[in-house]
Amino acid sequence: MKTTEVKDFIEELLRAYPEKARKNRASHIAVKEAEPEVTAEDAGAPNCGTCAIKSNVKSIPGVMTARGCAYAGSKGVVWGPIRDMVHLSHGPVGCGYYSWSTRRNLAQGKPGVDNFVPFQFTSDFQEKDIVYGGAQKLEEICREIKTLFPEAKGISIQSECPIGLIGDDIEASAKAMQKELDLPVIPVRCEGFRGVSQSLGHHIANDSIRDHVLGKGKLPDPGPYDVAIIGDYNIGGDAWASRKIIEEMGLRVVAMWSGDGQIETMKQTHSVKINLIHCYRSMNYIARHMEEEYGIPWMEYNFFGPTKIEASVRAIAARFDGRIQENAEKVITKYKPAMEAVVSKYRPRLKGKRVMLYVGGLRPRHVIGAYEDLGMDIIGTGYEFGHADDYQRTLPQVGDGTVIYDDVSEYEMEELVRKLMPDLVASGIKEKYVFQKMGFAFRQMHSWDYSGPYHGYDGFPIFARDMDMAINSPTWKLVRAPWEKEAR
Amino acid sequence: MRQIAIYGKGGIGKSTTTQNLVAGLAEAGKKVLIVGCDPKADSTRLMLHAKAQTTVMDLARDRGGVEELELGEVLMTGYRGVKCTESGGPEPGVGCAGRGVITAINFLEENGAYTPDLDFVFYDVLGDVVCGGFAMPMREKKAQEIYIVTSGEMMAMYAANNICKGIVKYAVSGGIRLGGLICNSRKVDKEYELIAALADKLGTHLIHFVPRDNVVQRAELKRMTVIEYEPQANQADEYRTLARKISENKNLVIPTPMTMDELEELLITYGFMDAEAGAAVRS
Repeated sequence: MKTTEVKDFIEELLRAYPEKARKNRASHIAVKEAEPEVTAEDAGAPNCGTCAIKSNVKSIPGVMTARGCAYAGSKGVVWGPIRDMVHLSHGPVGCGYYSWSTRRNLAQGKPGVDNFVPFQFTSDFQEKDIVYGGAQKLEEICREIKTLFPEAKGISIQSECPIGLIGDDIEASAKAMQKELDLPVIPVRCEGFRGVSQSLGHHIANDSIRDHVLGKGKLPDPGPYDVAIIGDYNIGGDAWASRKIIEEMGLRVVAMWSGDGQIETMKQTHSVKINLIHCYRSMNYIARHMEEEYGIPWMEYNFFGPTKIEASVRAIAARFDGRIQENAEKVITKYKPAMEAVVSKYRPRLKGKRVMLYVGGLRPRHVIGAYEDLGMDIIGTGYEFGHADDYQRTLPQVGDGTVIYDDVSEYEMEELVRKLMPDLVASGIKEKYVFQKMGFAFRQMHSWDYSGPYHGYDGFPIFARDMDMAINSPTWKLVRAPWEKEAR
Repeated sequence: MRQIAIYGKGGIGKSTTTQNLVAGLAEAGKKVLIVGCDPKADSTRLMLHAKAQTTVMDLARDRGGVEELELGEVLMTGYRGVKCTESGGPEPGVGCAGRGVITAINFLEENGAYTPDLDFVFYDVLGDVVCGGFAMPMREKKAQEIYIVTSGEMMAMYAANNICKGIVKYAVSGGIRLGGLICNSRKVDKEYELIAALADKLGTHLIHFVPRDNVVQRAELKRMTVIEYEPQANQADEYRTLARKISENKNLVIPTPMTMDELEELLITYGFMDAEAGAAVRS
């Protein structure tokens, strides 16, 4: 499809909105266009109309946005995966209950002893807690946690909306309990009404970790090859697959942030040599802080698909000595045959298949390489809660004619899918059944559709299999309605 | 049943005025319910001769929820059969007192506190309508009439004007009307003229001017209304008059609140504030 045709179509679909909403939404959707000849003066500068795509602003009331809230960003994304702490959803029961285990961050340890990820803790606010304040209840809960789960290494208090509305002083309660129980008790002001999406929740969570966790411990045996994995939430075991590669390179992973994470190692992270960031959006804040405060450099990497893995392994190695660089080449060589086998098996089945993505923090750009390794083309991508720096990082990863959509509404996404007719829609649970009912192959790219890992050399064969399974399922030949002449 | 809410600046004497006028109504044979909408729970003290021991929210807190309460536990009977209940709520600085008012009023409604034999229900509301909870009595199917207690002091008048703004909002959505201003005198110069003029500007009337009298203080110390404590006192008659006027009042309006400038001009006109001070406030 020609770029001009796509642009005309976008203009047409936005006409369904009232004028003000139309203008607003138009600034969030763009088509990447061929860059004009780069002249000497502007060489190096981003040179395309789509760089200016608007992001990280309030969604329009009335549209169906897929965004979450600050509580989701803090409890669900950043804090929740830390396995040896109790994360208390502080407020009425629903926020905690309906976010229980939805992220699939796996964790080691014995549930209830040193792993609390499978649990849901809530203060279950009642009218009386709203009217009289929840301080007393919160303190009772902290004491109960200490009694029932003596191995818990800390408590985080994840504020739901009412906490902010009634003005409970959770900082004072946390301080008192920390002293009384001799346990880190961390107040997090992630009330859902704050900010425009879950993105602010990430930031708030990073800040609370900065203030209450980071730097509070001391790494007993710092070494020259110490690194931390930042922004890997171990969805379906992702962080384990990533860690394996990094360790095979000869580096020591001191801390996992926060998938399968432990508070003690997070306390010690300020002693590492470099921070390796996978999800930039949700954890760049803490990496920048460690850079400013402790002089620790950070770099982004991408462990989706062999091409990106190889590039990242080499880039990481380049920050270390010859020994690590040699190891890196060995790692690449070791896994090359297995990766080639995956590609040769699936590429013929997937080559030329067109994909539309709509995901969260890093995947709208990070998974592109993995699809391309399988010969697939990304024809559309977008972020629920990305910022300008995410779009800047995305544009070099996509080809001309790719549609970029920020905080896309369900209506826009449906219309775009109808028009662009991708072979695969890769997004979240809220989108899944809509598109499957429309007859499109679909994979969940937040939870890996209960599969995974997709990271690393362990993940790629699973990723390839899953995409093949979705696209080449015979199901799609059977979904023809009786009144339709032939299958789509 | 007429449902009436009493609003006014904090400390202006809403609870005292309400209970004294209710005593007047009760003396005249009216059946009245007072709903205290203030966490301090002192809206029924003069009726019960003691501060209410069991408020709706305090009991709900002890029991775990309002579902665990019986109406009889929070509905007391005081002077001349006046029914009394208090929403209760938190200490200043914690929780959400406004939500407490909402919860308590819903509880009273759902549990049949508003019996058909009642002639009047009075809501005595915390001074400042700081959030939606304290506007609860103004909402649809609650109070239909509001009386604002004020004095000739500037901030009391300022509060009265603000309350009128709230009434306008709920008048459109819920049908509430302003019944008048009650002046609880602070012996400010030209106070009667000032409040009469304020009432006029707000599109209502000064329903009664309650003079200042120390007997009110003495009665309060004995936890009684003046009508009960010293039935022969002039002040008792003032409250009886107020009760009769409210009972007979047909002057119910949507108020016309003023701008700050208009309010200041009014004060200047009555010599309360000289022109120079007015200019200072404006700048």
